[in-house]
Amino acid sequence: MSRAEAGGPLLEVEGVSVRFGALIALNRVSLGVAREEVVAIIGPNGAGKTTLLNAISGFYHPYEGRIAFAGRDRTHLRPPDVAALGIARTFQNVALFRGMSVLDNIMTGRLLKMRGSFLLEALYWGPARRQELEHRAAVERIIDFLEIQGIRKTPAGRLPYGLQKRVELARALAAEPTLLLLDEPMAGMNVEEKEDMCRFILDVNQEFGTTIVLIEHDMGVVMDISDRVVVLDYGRKIADAPPAEIRSDRAVLDAYLGVAHES
Amino acid sequence: MVDVVYAVLVAPFKDMAGSPAFLVEVLIGGVFAGLMYSLVALGFVLIFKASGVFNFAQGVMVLFAALTLVGLLERGVPVVLALALTTAVMVALAFAIERFVLRPLVNQEHIILFMATIGLNFFLEGFGEMLWGANVKKLDIGIPDRSFVVRGVQINELELTAAVTAALLVTLLAMFFQKTRIGRALRAVADDHEAALSIGIPLKTIWVVVWSVAGVVAIVAGLMWGAKSGVQFSLSLIALKALPVLILGGFESVPGAIVGGLIIGIGEKVGEVYWGPLVGGAIENWFAYVLALAFLLARPQGLFGEKIIERV
Repeated sequence: MSRAEAGGPLLEVEGVSVRFGALIALNRVSLGVAREEVVAIIGPNGAGKTTLLNAISGFYHPYEGRIAFAGRDRTHLRPPDVAALGIARTFQNVALFRGMSVLDNIMTGRLLKMRGSFLLEALYWGPARRQELEHRAAVERIIDFLEIQGIRKTPAGRLPYGLQKRVELARALAAEPTLLLLDEPMAGMNVEEKEDMCRFILDVNQEFGTTIVLIEHDMGVVMDISDRVVVLDYGRKIADAPPAEIRSDRAVLDAYLGVAHES
Repeated sequence: MVDVVYAVLVAPFKDMAGSPAFLVEVLIGGVFAGLMYSLVALGFVLIFKASGVFNFAQGVMVLFAALTLVGLLERGVPVVLALALTTAVMVALAFAIERFVLRPLVNQEHIILFMATIGLNFFLEGFGEMLWGANVKKLDIGIPDRSFVVRGVQINELELTAAVTAALLVTLLAMFFQKTRIGRALRAVADDHEAALSIGIPLKTIWVVVWSVAGVVAIVAGLMWGAKSGVQFSLSLIALKALPVLILGGFESVPGAIVGGLIIGIGEKVGEVYWGPLVGGAIENWFAYVLALAFLLARPQGLFGEKIIERV
């Protein structure tokens, strides 16, 4: 039995530092995420939030510290291998396949789940056809879930920003991840779109038991949907607590409002 | 004045109507040439789509494949085995290119990768000639270069075989791209490297796959052109004909490469035969480029390319 199954955290980040030349983007950050938890990472611009997400998903490699997923060390894996472990993510500046239809975009999310011979696939015959249909069905469920039925065939690049973010979430969900990393899923959205997105994130968490780590600037959203809030400032972790406690945390207020707030 | 208008706008069509069998022959010749252009253009499109590299060496890859095939045949290797070995050589080449050219240059500017393929071009040219010699070679794959007549239309057996093979390959590739998991992964990589990595697509594998496929396409193109006009250095120049095809069809479109090739193949043959005498011939040599120029002015994204809209 692995440690995770024995009740250990799903994701463990231990003393991770990332530097770019002389700039230390992350400074010995440690963080544990339990299964089925929703953790929000907040902090001022340049605090290292996206860097942390990139380190977890393998785009950056820390020069010290370790990252373990489901009890196994995976500090030095590359992005495709991280994805294969069941970690999916979205990007701050939507990274969709702009020329492909929404449906195809979401189908790419299932690439890791597909097997079989190219020849059969090219002929769309036999097991390949069955497989394609099975995956298609799974994708349709996600499309229904995220309420994007109407834009199935639209090239992703032509959609408004809010919908692109939703399609990106759909693609990440298509991989049926254990851990979902969301980089500012609500940036640039209006209130209504934000509410929808909040609802989707909570539904994903509750219905599929997906563990979620998200970066978000909107404090209202963060307080509403997260079980725990991690605060970064200048590459260091300055707080890690449930939302209610974060609200009154001195260090957090300092970081956000400046030091002389109660003189 | 009236004479000129008549000679340009009326007489050629009267000629066509006067001898439909001959017209069909010309069209078939055009389709044949067009499919060959499409094949070479496809090699470009595949690589451009998946890695954003304009592969200057595509023409020399055709030459290299043909040289390897002829070299093996000359040494008494049976046709089927020679084809298999040539395929193996092209796949090995794809691995080598990924390892020694693309991987060290990952994340570099497009122009640097383009320069690298120019280097690759000269390397392959020299390497091929060093291995197999530089003299013109005859490529005999056992399909006779003779014609038969159907309803008054002469059809060349070799051209027919070539056209059918090319059409099959092109269809197979189009299906590969649209339907398969790898095809979808290729399109994904073409669109966004980071996102492709994040959903578990390994870039290196994809690169090896596209360069291998481009190599196989080069074998078929080299085989068909070589069987028709001998294997020699000029074979690498058909790449120049593929450029206007790409401009017509759009650099990233597989159907575009096919349709573009056909338009140019048929256009230049028909132009040469019916309008050529008016200007003293040689329309075949410049038709493709003039058409490409017109397209650059009127529709720079090509027939199937996505319209480039910049928000300001």
